[in-house]
Amino acid sequence: MQSSANKKHAYTRTLDFKTGCVEMMHGSGGRAMAQLIDQLFMKAFDNDILRQMNDQAGFTSAGGRMVMATDSHVITPLFFPGGDIGCLSVHGTINDVVMAGAKPLYLSAGFILEEGFPLGDLKRIVESMAAAARVIPVPIITGDTKVVERGSGDGVFITTTGIGRIPENVFISSERAKPGDSILISGTIGDHGIAVMLAREDFAFQSSLESDTASLHDLVSVMVEAVPGIHVLRDPTRGGVAAALNEIAQQSGAGMMLFEERIPVKPEVSAACEFLGFDPMYVANEGKLIAVCAPEDTDRLLDTMRAHPLGRNAAVIGEIIADSHYFVQMKTRFGGTHVVDWLSGDQLPRIC
Amino acid sequence: MKYIEAFRDGRLARKIAGQIAKEADPRRHYYLMEFCGGHTHAISRYGIVDLLPTHIYMIHGPGCPVCVLPMGRLENAIQLAQTPGVILCSYGDMLRIPTAKGNSLLKVKSRGADIRMVYSSSEALDIARQNPDKCIVFLAIGFETTTPPTAVVIKQAQALGLSNFTVFCNHVLTPSAISHVLLSPEIRQLGQVRLDGFIGPAHVSTVIGSRPYEYFAEEFQKPVVIAGFEPLDVIQAVLMLVRQINEGRAEVENEFTRAVLPHGNIKAQKLVADVFELRRSFEWRGLGHVPYSALRIKSCFADFDAEQRFEIPALSLPDHKACECGAILRGVKHPRDCKIFGTVCTPDNPIGSCMVSSEGACAAYFRYGRFRDNQSQHEMAGH
Repeated sequence: MQSSANKKHAYTRTLDFKTGCVEMMHGSGGRAMAQLIDQLFMKAFDNDILRQMNDQAGFTSAGGRMVMATDSHVITPLFFPGGDIGCLSVHGTINDVVMAGAKPLYLSAGFILEEGFPLGDLKRIVESMAAAARVIPVPIITGDTKVVERGSGDGVFITTTGIGRIPENVFISSERAKPGDSILISGTIGDHGIAVMLAREDFAFQSSLESDTASLHDLVSVMVEAVPGIHVLRDPTRGGVAAALNEIAQQSGAGMMLFEERIPVKPEVSAACEFLGFDPMYVANEGKLIAVCAPEDTDRLLDTMRAHPLGRNAAVIGEIIADSHYFVQMKTRFGGTHVVDWLSGDQLPRIC
Repeated sequence: MKYIEAFRDGRLARKIAGQIAKEADPRRHYYLMEFCGGHTHAISRYGIVDLLPTHIYMIHGPGCPVCVLPMGRLENAIQLAQTPGVILCSYGDMLRIPTAKGNSLLKVKSRGADIRMVYSSSEALDIARQNPDKCIVFLAIGFETTTPPTAVVIKQAQALGLSNFTVFCNHVLTPSAISHVLLSPEIRQLGQVRLDGFIGPAHVSTVIGSRPYEYFAEEFQKPVVIAGFEPLDVIQAVLMLVRQINEGRAEVENEFTRAVLPHGNIKAQKLVADVFELRRSFEWRGLGHVPYSALRIKSCFADFDAEQRFEIPALSLPDHKACECGAILRGVKHPRDCKIFGTVCTPDNPIGSCMVSSEGACAAYFRYGRFRDNQSQHEMAGH
């Protein structure tokens, strides 16, 4: 449950609970979703742990500092280049757990299946989940299965919940970004969103692009070992890098200055975005992370990331600046500057 | 991509910007209107204003296709979408445009209307083929760029005998909108708005060519430079306009020579002429009723004309009272002059159409330009 946090509510009107309906934009990772979370879920469930507003919740137990994260997975198509809903449902939750610098311990899995869904496809999905969990390794220790009538679901929905333990000296949280800090990204952005979009049948052009879906547990563990004092980690999934950066800016109460020319984007992703009228900053990733660290730690962190297979294309893309509006700004390759705002709903293609 | 990146080269941009700074006369102001939403988007996305001297002002024109569709036609589309048995197909950024009461195609979709977002008119035709028991309405909007593809699908539907395919035609014409802006009392008589030159449309001009603009240049003594949608195109066009203004010339120049010919695309023009005819008058949001500014489907294609097949009442609905979209579309006001800009009206809760499409002046300014207010740069002194 991620949100724009409680520090600042700029430019929003309250939700209309009398006549309003759930719209697609309430799930797209942008400002509308943040508003739904803040004005409904946060209000109803309010407690200290929920108010941390990270990708995962931290709590203490006899075993030390623990984190818990949950993530529901819905995707069309279920099988896409580079992965499927099965491995995605493991990676998504594990990545939320490890963004606290935690070591993942256990997973649970809940399935909502639609009547008529081929058992062979279900087997492929479950085996893909098992393989993804084995690699980490993290056991899937409990689960649930429900079946809904044909037409009431989209094949398979999977919800996974993960638990992890945070090492002693690690204090990673989204409100810890400070002016002067460096912002790093672990690799090329937008691969997952564009690969999935191109895999949908209604697009007439093809590409060899694959989703970047991957578990980031190992990358995070070497990063935390090299720089235990990392301030923030976040995986830029729905809403893309832009949404994740805006969340960090809001929660830390600071602004950001990014440099467009330093942001790694694959040529295929740029080309597809160009064609569709999208901006890769708003396209989903499933195997990338954003890190914020003190300036003196930057080189060591970058070298560590680049030495890892999942961080080969890591780059320092900008820095945290003091800004009372908490704007994320970008210096364009062209020489001008613009605000990288939250997305309002899904990206819709422009016509002209 | 390398062919695109070449048109976004920062070093070249700084060189052209240096030239503009050198040639722009510091004793005067330059008011330039970019007609197209595509240019508005490029200006805000790449921060082009940051590269211009502070006495050159960019005024956003009415060339955002979704922004100029009047409330009445939007209400018609919403009613069509709610008609039993209808699938309404629309381009993406049309879906979020709100009515004065806050309704939108997306909202009626969430309440069960069958609305499909399409990337091209041919997708709408495919949906008609796949759903023979439904009636498909393609919500056709846009300027001369999107008109030929609509003409193509109407002809194809006729050839295929697809009786369940119809088009709700809202195609409008660029030259008549430019004339209307230039003829508006604010510009002609009151002198409230200064306009020294136009950046002419990119994609529209690939279809209609550069000839149609010669009339404005001559009649209104305003220079026009047709430019592509890449940032270097735009900044180069600004330099060309500054030169024309300095030299007292009012000519049509073509910066977008890689795509625009004087006569345009004759084949596309013929297609459009086969299928469409001029409407005597059409309502534009912000501009009101503009004579001979839109197209309707010819009677020989009446079977595919939603206006012939469905009861579509002529509605003339006012905009939201506080919304300044109209004045903004005419270049009379800046988004910042609107009382509800950025407070009540935001991209999440748009009140006016200019806040919806990223090509709309308000959305572009909200998304990319707000921080300038804090730094109090580039104030539009003339407004």
